[in-house]
Amino acid sequence: MSIPAELQYTSEHEWVRIEGDTAVVGITQYAADALGDIVYVDLPKVGKTIAAGSVVGEAESTKSVGELFAPCSGEIVEANQAVIDSPELVNSDPYGNGWLFSVRVSSLGELISADAYAALIAE
Amino acid sequence: MSDFRRRHIGTTGDAQSLMLGSLGYSSLDELMDSAVPAAIRQESFLSRIPDAASERETIAELRAIANENAVGRNMIGLGYYDAVMPSVIKRNIFENPSWYTAYTPYQPEISQGRLEALITFQTMVCDLTGMGTANAGMLDEASAAAEAMLMARRVSDSDSMVFLVDAEAFPQTRAVLETRAAPIGVTLRYVDFAGGEAAAAVVDGAFGALIQNPGSCGRVRDIAADIAAVKGVGGVVVVASDLLALNLVVSPGSLGADIVLGSSQRFGVPLGFGGPHSAFFAVSEGLERQMPGRLIGVSRDADGRPAYRLTLQAREQHIRRDKATSNICTAQVLLAVLAAMYAVYHGPVGLRQIALNVAERAQRFARRAAAAGHDVVHAEFFDTVQIRVPGKAASLAASAHTAGLLIHVVDADIVQLSFDELSTGIATGILAGGDDPLIDPIFGLSPEALPTTDAVIGDTAIPALLVRTDDVLTHPVFNTHHSETSMMRFLKRLADKDFALDRGMIPLGSCTMKLNSATEMEAVTWREFGGMHPFAPASDVNGYLLLISQLEEWLTELTGYDTISLQPNAGSQGELAGLLAIRGYHLSRGDDHRDTCLIPSSAHGTNAASAVLAGMRVIVVACQENGDVDIDDLRAKIAEHGDRLAALMVTYPSTHGVYEHGIRAITDAVHDAGGQVYIDGANLNALLGFARYGDIGGDVSHLNLHKTFAIPHGGGGPGVGPVGAKAHLAPFLPGHPMAQATAHPAFDSTSGGAGAFVHGGGPVSAAPFGSPSILPISWAYVRMMGSDGLRHATASAVLSANYIAARLREHYPVLYAGENGLVAHECILDLRPLTAETGVTVDDVAKRLVDYGFHAPTMSFPVPGTLMVEPTESEDIDELDRFIEAMIGIKREADAVAAGEWPADDNPLVNAPHTAESLIAGEWNHAYSREVAAYPFRAIAANTVSGLFSRVDNLKYWPPVRRVDGAYGDRNLACACPDPSAFVD
Repeated sequence: MSIPAELQYTSEHEWVRIEGDTAVVGITQYAADALGDIVYVDLPKVGKTIAAGSVVGEAESTKSVGELFAPCSGEIVEANQAVIDSPELVNSDPYGNGWLFSVRVSSLGELISADAYAALIAE
Repeated sequence: MSDFRRRHIGTTGDAQSLMLGSLGYSSLDELMDSAVPAAIRQESFLSRIPDAASERETIAELRAIANENAVGRNMIGLGYYDAVMPSVIKRNIFENPSWYTAYTPYQPEISQGRLEALITFQTMVCDLTGMGTANAGMLDEASAAAEAMLMARRVSDSDSMVFLVDAEAFPQTRAVLETRAAPIGVTLRYVDFAGGEAAAAVVDGAFGALIQNPGSCGRVRDIAADIAAVKGVGGVVVVASDLLALNLVVSPGSLGADIVLGSSQRFGVPLGFGGPHSAFFAVSEGLERQMPGRLIGVSRDADGRPAYRLTLQAREQHIRRDKATSNICTAQVLLAVLAAMYAVYHGPVGLRQIALNVAERAQRFARRAAAAGHDVVHAEFFDTVQIRVPGKAASLAASAHTAGLLIHVVDADIVQLSFDELSTGIATGILAGGDDPLIDPIFGLSPEALPTTDAVIGDTAIPALLVRTDDVLTHPVFNTHHSETSMMRFLKRLADKDFALDRGMIPLGSCTMKLNSATEMEAVTWREFGGMHPFAPASDVNGYLLLISQLEEWLTELTGYDTISLQPNAGSQGELAGLLAIRGYHLSRGDDHRDTCLIPSSAHGTNAASAVLAGMRVIVVACQENGDVDIDDLRAKIAEHGDRLAALMVTYPSTHGVYEHGIRAITDAVHDAGGQVYIDGANLNALLGFARYGDIGGDVSHLNLHKTFAIPHGGGGPGVGPVGAKAHLAPFLPGHPMAQATAHPAFDSTSGGAGAFVHGGGPVSAAPFGSPSILPISWAYVRMMGSDGLRHATASAVLSANYIAARLREHYPVLYAGENGLVAHECILDLRPLTAETGVTVDDVAKRLVDYGFHAPTMSFPVPGTLMVEPTESEDIDELDRFIEAMIGIKREADAVAAGEWPADDNPLVNAPHTAESLIAGEWNHAYSREVAAYPFRAIAANTVSGLFSRVDNLKYWPPVRRVDGAYGDRNLACACPDPSAFVD
C-alpha cells in the first residue's frame, strides 16, 4: 500500500500536498481501493469558499459513495478536469494524475504524517 | 394436509424427517420451539383465518367475489383509461412465469432479457417525451410527481420551499403531493398556468412547478410560456403528460421541460381498480444522477460485447441510505415491460393510429354534442371532453351509470368523458354508422347530428400549433416485431435469456422467492378484476371491497394489529406510510419536537431513506458482533435524544436472519421514552403463525405481499406493502379522497357492518387501494393454506434455511445464529475468510453459481463480503442439495486456486460465467477444461455420492453474456437501446 512520505494526510483518507499557499488534495490509495472502481467524482466549483472538515464533494464507485472533506479552509483554485473526465485516474494514480482539487489555504485542518496515517489504517 | 399445502411446500414429510434428523431434531415443532424465543411466541389461535380450501374451491370463491364487481364502460379517465392488451403479450408475458417470477435484475448476466425490455421502455419514454434519459419506471403517476417535486428541490438553485402545482393536475396527484410536501417543509401553491404574459406573474419565488398537459379537464395547452417563466426564476419544470397523447402532441422535452412523468397504463395494461401500473419518469440531459428509480444502462461484458445492467446504483437507497434520491426498491418492472412491448408490437405507426382514433372519437363526440345543443367547455383537447349541463351533472352521470356507462362528475354543472382504445374499437364501426349505443341516448345525440363519415377522419381537437411533427420510435426494435409470429419469437428470445423461478431456486436472502402458484395467479387476468376503474362508483366495486376486507381481516389477525391499509404500492411506500402515521400521531398530541428516528446499523437502506421522506432525522444505533441491536447503545441514544425521539425502526427477525432475544427489551425501552416502534416486516416469512408484531411491541409495520404472501416479484415489481397498525395510529394511516369506502374493513365479518377504523391520513398512492388487481394472489394464498398451512410453511422455511446452514457450515462460516445455534429463515455465509485465503471474491462465487445453474444469493447485504441465502419453504430437498453441492464445489475450486492448481487470474471462478460462445470460439487456452467451465457438476460428480447430477445437466442454463463490466457502464452512461451495429463483431 503506497503512502508517500512527503505528503500529509487526514483521518478521512485524504492526502494533502502543500505548495506555497496552495494545498493540492486527493484521496489515498487505501481509500480508492476501498471504494473500488471509481466512476464519478463531484468536485467543488472553482472560487467556492470551503471550511475545514466540511463535505465538499463525493467520489462514487459502482457500489459505494465516499464523501470528500475539506482538509483546510480556503478558496478552491482548481478542480481536476482530467479526473472529472476519467474518474478511473483516482484508482490508477491516486497521488499523481488522480488529484482532485487545489485550495488557496487560509487555515489548515488537522493533518497527520505518513507514518501516523499508516498506523491509522493498520488499526 | 390440504391438497395445496403439499403443492406449495417443496419438502415432503420424508425429506423433512431427514433434514430434521441432520439437525438433531425429531419434529418441526421441536425445531421451532428451539429457534423462536419463548418470550415472543404467540398464544392465541388464528380464529379468523378460515380452514384451507382446495384450489378448485378457491377459484370458485374468487369467481363469486368477481361477480360482485360490475364492470362498466369506463370513461372516467383521470389518468386511467381502458386499453387492449394484445393477446400475444398476455399469453407470453403476463401469464408467463419466465417473466413474472423473475427478481430485480441485480445479477445482470442472468437478466439480459428483461434488462433489454426495460431499456426498450426507457427508449420509448425518451422518444415520446422528447427527453434525454428515462428511468425503468416508478410506482404510480402520483408518487412519481412527488418524487419529481423532491428532485426539483434537490437540483434547483432557488432557496424557496414553494412548489407550484397546476390547477389542472389530477386530484389524486394533488392529494399525494400534499401528503409528501408537508413533512419535508415544502409548501404547495396551486396556480392556473394560463400561458402567455400571465405566466410570469404566477411563478414568483418557487423552486419548481408541476404542469399537467393534457390537463385533468382534458385541455391541451401551449405551455411554452409557462415553462419559460418557471425557468426564468430558477425553477425546475416538471410536466405530467400522457404517452398516448404524445404521439400527436409536441413533446414537453422540445418545450424545455426538465422532468416529464406520467402513467404508462394505457399502453395495454388493465385498469385493475387502480393498479399495478408503471409510471414513467424522464429527465433532461445532465440531471441523470439526481433521478430517482432504477436506471438500465449499456455496458460491456468480459469479451467487450454490449451488455445491459442497472447503472448509477450509487444513487439508490441500498447504497446511499438517508442521502438517497428516493426510498423505492421494488418498482413496477413487469408493468413497464408490458407497456414497452405494447409499443414494440404496435410500432410508431400503430401507436399513432391508436392515438388518432382516440382523438378523432373524442372530437366527433364533441362536434355531435355541440350540434345537439350541448355546451362543450373546451375546444382544444386530446381524448377528454367536458360538457356543461347546469345543475344536472349528477343526475346525468347517474342515468349513464344505470346504462353501464361511467363518466366523471367534475362539479354540479360539468361532466367529463375520456375516450380510449376501447371506444375507438367500437368507433371503427360507429364512424360508418354514426352512432354509439351507450353514449348517444345519454346525451340525446342522433346519428343525423353530424354529416358524412369522410369529414371526421383526421379531425381532432389538437391545436395546429401543438401538433407533433418529429419522428419517434425510430429504433428497429419498434419497427420489426409487428407480426404475431415475430413478436412471439422476440418475447421467447428475451425470456430465454433470463433466470427466473421456472428454471431453479432463487435463494435471495430477505427477498422470499417462494412459489407463485398458477391458481393464485388465475384471477389476475379476469376482466371483473382487470376492467375496474379506480374511481368507479362504490356500488360497482362490492367484489373488490369484499376481497380487500377479508384480506385486511386476515392480515390483522396474522400480525396482531388492529387495522391495515393495503394502499402502499411497495414495501418502501409502506414504510413511508407507517412513519407518516407515527408523525401524524405525535403532531396530534402536540409533540412537534419528536422528529428523531433511531435505526440500527444493520437496517436495510430503505429504512433510512423513508425516514428522511417522513421528515425525520436518522440516528444510527450500533449493533453487536452477533448482529443484534446493541441495547446499551440504544438506551444511550434514547437518553441523548430525549423527547425528540419519534420512533425506532427495527427489522424482525433481524436483517441478519436471527430471532433476536432482546426484542421486548428494545420495544419497551422505546415506549418508555415516548417513542413509537416500527417493525419492518421484510422477514415475516420466519414468523408467520409463531409470533405477531403487534404482540411483541410493534405499533406499526409494513408487510411485503410480494414476499410472504406469494405475489410474484415480476422481475422487480409489482409489489404491495400493506401497513398494519395499532388502533391509536389508525387515524393517521393513508386515506384517499376518492375511496369508495372509508371504513376498514369495509365489511366487517364479525359485526356484519362497516369496520371500526377510518384511515384519515393523506394518500401515498394514486389509487385508493393501491394495486388491487394483484390482491387475489395473496387472498388465494391464505385461503388455500389456512392458518395451519401458513404455520407449516414458516416452519418448513426455517428448516430449509437451517439445513443449508448446517450442511455448509464446515465449508463457509455461518455468520450469525440465535438460540441453540439456529438461524431463522435465511443464513449468511461469510466469504471474507475465503477471499483472504484465496483471492476469490463474493462476486466470483456469485457469477460461478450461474455456471452451476443458480441465481446467486443476496450479495454483501447486510454484511459486505457475504452471501445471504433464503431457500423459502417452496424448494424441494433435491434443489436444496443441488445448491449445497454447488457451493461445496465452488469452495473446492477456490481451494484449488489457493493451492496454485489454477492461476489466480485464470480459473473458472474469475472467468465466470461462461457463455457457450466463449467455450467454442478460437483456441481454448485456459488452465481448466471446457467441461469444468460449463458443466462443473459433471466434473465434480465423481467426488459425490448423490445421483442427482444427470438431472442437473439437463437443466444447464447458458448465460447470454459474460461478466458485465460495471465500472465501464457507469463511466460511459448510455440508457437507450443501442444501434444494432453495436452487436456486430
